[in-house]
Amino acid sequence: MSKYTEDDLREELKTKEYEYGFYTDIESETFPVGLNEEIVIAISKKKEEPEWMTQWRLEAFKVWKEMEEPEWANVHYQKPDFQGISYYSAPNSKPKYDSIDEVDPELLATFEKLGISLDEQKKLAGVAMDVVVDSVSVATTFKKTLGEKGIIFMSISEAIKEHPELVRKHLGTVVPQKDNFYAALNSAVFSDGSFCYIPKGVRCPMELSTYFRINQAGTGQFERTLVIADEGSYVSYLEGCTAPSRDENQLHAAVVELIALDDAEIKYSTVQNWYPGNAEGKGGVFNFVTKRGLCEKNAKISWTQVETGSAVTWKYPSCVLKGDNSVGEFYSIAVTNNYQQADTGTKMIHLGKNTKSTIISKGISAGKSQNSYRGLVQINSRAENARNFSQCDSLLMGNECGAHTFPYIEAKNKSAMIEHEATTSKIGEDQIFYCNQRGIDTEKAIALIVNGFSKEVLNKLPMEFAVEAQKLLEISLEGSVG
Amino acid sequence: MSLKEKLVSSFMAFEDTVDVHSSIHDIRTEAIKTFEVEGFPTKKLEDWKYTSLNSVLKQDYSVFPKNENALEFKDIKKYFIHEIDSYKIIFIDGKYSSHLSQTTHDGLDVCLMSAALTKPKYKVIIDNYFNKIASKDGLSSLNTAFSQEGAYINIPKHKVVDKPIQIIHFSTGNEAAVMLQPRNLIIVNENAHVQIIERHQSLTDNPVLTNSVTEIFTNKRAIVDYYKIQNDKQSASLIDNTYVNQKQESLAKVHTFSFGGKLTRNNLNFYQNGERIDSTMKGITIIGDKQHVDHNTLVHHIEPNCESHQDYKGIFDDNATGVFNGKVVVEKLAQKTNAFQANNNILMSDKASINTKPQLEIFADDVKCSHGCTIGQLDESAMFYLRSRGIPEKEARALLMFAFSNNVMDSVKIPELKNRITSIIAKKLGVNLGFDL
Repeated sequence: MSKYTEDDLREELKTKEYEYGFYTDIESETFPVGLNEEIVIAISKKKEEPEWMTQWRLEAFKVWKEMEEPEWANVHYQKPDFQGISYYSAPNSKPKYDSIDEVDPELLATFEKLGISLDEQKKLAGVAMDVVVDSVSVATTFKKTLGEKGIIFMSISEAIKEHPELVRKHLGTVVPQKDNFYAALNSAVFSDGSFCYIPKGVRCPMELSTYFRINQAGTGQFERTLVIADEGSYVSYLEGCTAPSRDENQLHAAVVELIALDDAEIKYSTVQNWYPGNAEGKGGVFNFVTKRGLCEKNAKISWTQVETGSAVTWKYPSCVLKGDNSVGEFYSIAVTNNYQQADTGTKMIHLGKNTKSTIISKGISAGKSQNSYRGLVQINSRAENARNFSQCDSLLMGNECGAHTFPYIEAKNKSAMIEHEATTSKIGEDQIFYCNQRGIDTEKAIALIVNGFSKEVLNKLPMEFAVEAQKLLEISLEGSVG
Repeated sequence: MSLKEKLVSSFMAFEDTVDVHSSIHDIRTEAIKTFEVEGFPTKKLEDWKYTSLNSVLKQDYSVFPKNENALEFKDIKKYFIHEIDSYKIIFIDGKYSSHLSQTTHDGLDVCLMSAALTKPKYKVIIDNYFNKIASKDGLSSLNTAFSQEGAYINIPKHKVVDKPIQIIHFSTGNEAAVMLQPRNLIIVNENAHVQIIERHQSLTDNPVLTNSVTEIFTNKRAIVDYYKIQNDKQSASLIDNTYVNQKQESLAKVHTFSFGGKLTRNNLNFYQNGERIDSTMKGITIIGDKQHVDHNTLVHHIEPNCESHQDYKGIFDDNATGVFNGKVVVEKLAQKTNAFQANNNILMSDKASINTKPQLEIFADDVKCSHGCTIGQLDESAMFYLRSRGIPEKEARALLMFAFSNNVMDSVKIPELKNRITSIIAKKLGVNLGFDL
């Protein structure tokens, strides 16, 4: 290889097109654009939902109409026109298939490009997938194996029909309809999502996984995920997201609710790789997500996320540590490049005694991007012996990007122990020099250093994801060091 | 009538007492308009999320204290650092007290804002410096609108001021409730060096609200040491707005000691307009009862090779609430910045609370910025160590607290002031340690 300079790297990165930017031409059924009560009712009807669900949606819609879009986040973007979006889009090839051979071949090809061919997944990974393309769950695998253990893993619209008592009891208990602007919008119009219930004392034998993809032009993706881990159970849940290249900004406003009952443990991992827009900052997905988990006694919820995509990210996976001795964890890597903006972090609300939380956040900004960490640690007056440790590190590449930290720490109990530390730095020339000296070229050296920087978080990911995430980091950052 | 309306309407009465044809008056008129729009800050503002002024603003404050009051030096001696010789600028209910003060024009100006604002010989300086860095928010604008009295200090080039300057504001309580708005302007020219001690003291239990604005300009290689002692009565509230504009290679240090007062809000802003600047802000907060102390700091790193250090310690007992909101902004140009921020807190009671928000906003890549923040308790094993050597619990606890705040005390450059603060802390903790720290 001839001399590979940083400029070459930068050039290569600039011209590097979004790898997953393809568009599958599947006949979709799409609703007229705009949002009003009729659309909400129509969505509900389309999904053959019971009356209480329709009412629940309408309640949310009523609240949403009164709400205003939040502006406090450290991101700037052209507000989406909520009347210019189609709120429902489903692949048209119904009904469901008994075997994978019947699935529309073009859809299968899409999955293959994503690297998640169903057959392969079935055989190799032992991952049960609930694949969501444009909001409707198309294929659910390994349902039988799970069924034997009493584990329910299905799309939420099915769950509404088949397990209404569970859904009705828990839906909206962690993220209420009126929680925030986007949660309300999601509650009113969510089209599909995943539902998972682990019965008492059951350890889920495999990683549960969902893939989200935004496909149809001008459709918003409104996912609703509900995971319930009953007493003493354990589940690890993976979520991956990609979206094809589209010029206009697409909106993604998902809600994820986790409920960990006494002694239960939920591990929720996300790799988010929505289309980030091109090098000029045109297009890309708006990712406005509400994720929250509730921990009862001795329960544990662990969030791990790798955020490399989306033009604008606005996401705070949170833990409400309600029960005594419960534990909340948050591990995050957020990478921004070009004109991407990310405002992400977590909230740890300590309510019970002896509750513990750990926050490790790694922000990497390159290009002209802005990366913010925004977190809240709140120790309530009855939370005796609460313990928190937070660490947010930022890495800056080039002098046109920004890294910001907004930690909020509120302590109302004298026995609380809270530590927070944050650092901002760049990749040291000496580090690169050291690698070069040992025959590692600059690009590799950067990948090595970034990987080391984010190791603490990558280690928390399940095996299959860790490899993918590591690769994603390299792709997103190639040559962005100035 | 709300305080805001009262203030806006009394501006007209205020206009009768000042020269409305001077250029200062345009600034005042502009400022009162800003205040009319902005008003007092509410909890809806991000910077005021944890501090509510409602309980303070509902008092019926008299805006212009009428009576002249005389105080005897022996009655108020204890509020001075009287062991050392110093220049003194003393105000009683907002009015200058000439017999308590010791000002000078000999080689440097240590005098009054009212003189600087009205006398023609100061016009150039006032035009260049007055209200140039104070922010245009509601509170600072309110102060600007009513700015008339305060300290004016101008240290010429190469002058090392021989003794510290003490600025003390007394309120006597002759009025039922009084609102004071002192305005200070401090200019330190090239290579000059000055130490300033500032204190606000209420002598009665009548409510006092002080909304103070201080603008400090440090020119090339100037050194400023500024100490703020806040140990006021339970009825007194203080909103202190301090703005420091630094030129290259200058060094500015502000120490804030907050031990009392109903509500204390410190807005401390540093702007670094030059290279190789050092800004230091340190503070000790020890409060109890229902007291509230809010430290809001900003360091704006605009040019390269600068440093900033922040170190705030807080001990909160009873129903006290503490807030620390520290913001460090590093602009794109400000490469090689070193910015450190530390905030350590101890909660002594379950009813006390602390809200802290150390913020970093960084746009340059070759920087070292870090912040650390802790909330915890005194070390049990350290306590045990001291107890097992026969030191009573109260003293042992006090010793550990002194140790906790020692970092901040270390950089106090005036020994007499250090002793005074040590004795205030000892008194606050109810101990007599019998040694000086």
